[in-house]
Amino acid sequence: MADVSMAGVQPRGAKPRRRFSGSNIMLYGVLFVVSVYYLLPLWVMVMTSLKGMPEIRMGNIFAPPVEITFQPWVKAWSEACTGLNCDGLSRGFWNSVLITVPSVIISIIVASVNGYALVNWRFKGSEVFFTILIFGSFIPYQIMLYPIVILLRELGIYGTLYGLILVHTIFGMPILTLLFRNYFSSLPEELFKAARVDGAGFWRIYFQIMVPMSLPIFVVALILQITGIWNDFLFGVVFTKPEIYPMTVQLNNIVNSVQGVKEYNVNMAATLLTGLVPLFVYFVSGKLFVRGIAAGAVKG
Amino acid sequence: MTHSIQVKDLTLSFGSVSVLKNMNIDVAEGEFIVLLGPSGCGKSTLLNCLAGLLDITDGEIWIKGKNVTWAEPSERGIGMVFQSYALYPQMTVRGNLSFGLKNARMPKEEIDKRIARAAEILQIGPLLDRKPAALSGGQRQRVAIGRALVRDVDVFLFDEPLSNLDAKLRSELRVEIKRLHSRLNNTMVYVTHDQIEALTLADRIAVMRGGIIQQLAAPQEIYNRPSNLFVAGFIGSPSMNFLHGATVEGGRAFQFGATRIDLAGYEGGAILERPKAILGLRPEHLVIQDHAELGLTIPAVVEIDEPMGADSLVWLEAEGGLKMSVRVPVERRMSAGTQVHLKVDIAKASIFDTVSEQRV
Repeated sequence: MADVSMAGVQPRGAKPRRRFSGSNIMLYGVLFVVSVYYLLPLWVMVMTSLKGMPEIRMGNIFAPPVEITFQPWVKAWSEACTGLNCDGLSRGFWNSVLITVPSVIISIIVASVNGYALVNWRFKGSEVFFTILIFGSFIPYQIMLYPIVILLRELGIYGTLYGLILVHTIFGMPILTLLFRNYFSSLPEELFKAARVDGAGFWRIYFQIMVPMSLPIFVVALILQITGIWNDFLFGVVFTKPEIYPMTVQLNNIVNSVQGVKEYNVNMAATLLTGLVPLFVYFVSGKLFVRGIAAGAVKG
Repeated sequence: MTHSIQVKDLTLSFGSVSVLKNMNIDVAEGEFIVLLGPSGCGKSTLLNCLAGLLDITDGEIWIKGKNVTWAEPSERGIGMVFQSYALYPQMTVRGNLSFGLKNARMPKEEIDKRIARAAEILQIGPLLDRKPAALSGGQRQRVAIGRALVRDVDVFLFDEPLSNLDAKLRSELRVEIKRLHSRLNNTMVYVTHDQIEALTLADRIAVMRGGIIQQLAAPQEIYNRPSNLFVAGFIGSPSMNFLHGATVEGGRAFQFGATRIDLAGYEGGAILERPKAILGLRPEHLVIQDHAELGLTIPAVVEIDEPMGADSLVWLEAEGGLKMSVRVPVERRMSAGTQVHLKVDIAKASIFDTVSEQRV
């Protein structure tokens, strides 16, 4: 398909139009190929999820469904079985909501205050503190799994949602603190000074001066955390138990179940359902996300 | 006269780097002090110390007879105006002005009264409900001044308030700040690197370099009797002509190459005989004439004539390739290569010791 559009723009007739200059053809060509590369799997998934099993068995995975059915979606949401539970992905969805919402809120609040304090209220050893915090993000998660299991057990929250929320909050800290610190240090220092001369304290400056100026970076943090925590599999499977598995773990259990027929249409529908939340978040806040990333990147 | 600000032995160091060294300044009530110096000289740092935004290493700061060395910025009775205006972008002008007052839990009627007064003084009444983004640079700086004004403080601190403005606005606001000072009669400490601002605004100028005050005196004194070579070279544009030579005849004359200049009438200390000395002559204190006068003139050759509107600047080359500049009336055109003689007004000259760089 890519070749068709390119073949049509051989120089002919009058002066060639500028938008089909050589570099543009390269640009659009590459963009087209890349988007096909990314969209094709999505196409296959959506189409397969709307087909019945007999039609899938005929092959032709790229063909649109002859007869559209939403049954696989219904089954994935409310009937698919994982182990003994046969209430579909809905259970995992709500578990994920219960995990994601508090983790995101707590981690963003704590990290933004961290970043603000590290930039504007430097204390003795604040740089060391920050370095240690950042260093934490370089340690592979696998190394920490077992110690955390013991830690959570001692705290009495192993295998509970609280435990997982705590883990997500802590693991989000390095990157989020870095993000907020960089953003706040890009804000003019004189604003902070002016507020201090105006008699505002730590929290008043934070809430009335810093936060209102930082919407883009809060959106970035929100997206990073929602998608990160929603898509998490490792912590979910290690620190929880079957009744409270997050959606990703449950999806894996549905797709990888060994008994019975492989229901590709249900699997596809379940995967799409799981991916809908991050997708939705990106669509809603994409513009703010880009703006925030750019703003935070100016000064390190 | 009572002291408004007293800085006693103030020292500030970051680790092993000392930024301000043993500073002592007394500022009288209602005085306009300008801290002037090249960038990195510590003038803004000193201002931040006065404001309480930087903790000092040693020494004391007194404002209005109170030791405020460790007081919070808001408790020092100061208002501060920043170079970047530092207006809170999400608040209206009114919100910006009232932020500090609300923090001090002032009753609403009092806040309104003070805002009205500031708006009247600074003519920002129509702007009160706008956001800073909708203001021009000059308006923003007016609001920033207003924010200090509403706090009804004894001391105003200005941190290069006009540096972000274009030349025309800068001179307008400069006059306005002067007017504000004569109306309010507050103590003002003003940081700038612009010597025109310093010379026009200040009651006294503190010329700083490397964290040390080089000279603290009235503008005319600084201009006419710079206490050392640095101050002499920093103040004045184009800068002072420096002639490297020696004082001879027991300090009665200055020898520069083959030229001998009579020092009778020099206003300063005992000149003595110095094998190495520098004679400083401002471009406006030299007169170009076509005949030599013994002991009074320096021979030179005209190189370039720069008309500058009100007057013109003539660049010459004197003995030993020394470049000199002289300010002349604009009508007087000089052609390159002309041999002339520069008459020295010794009463307005400065002599410096080459080693100590101090004025004698």
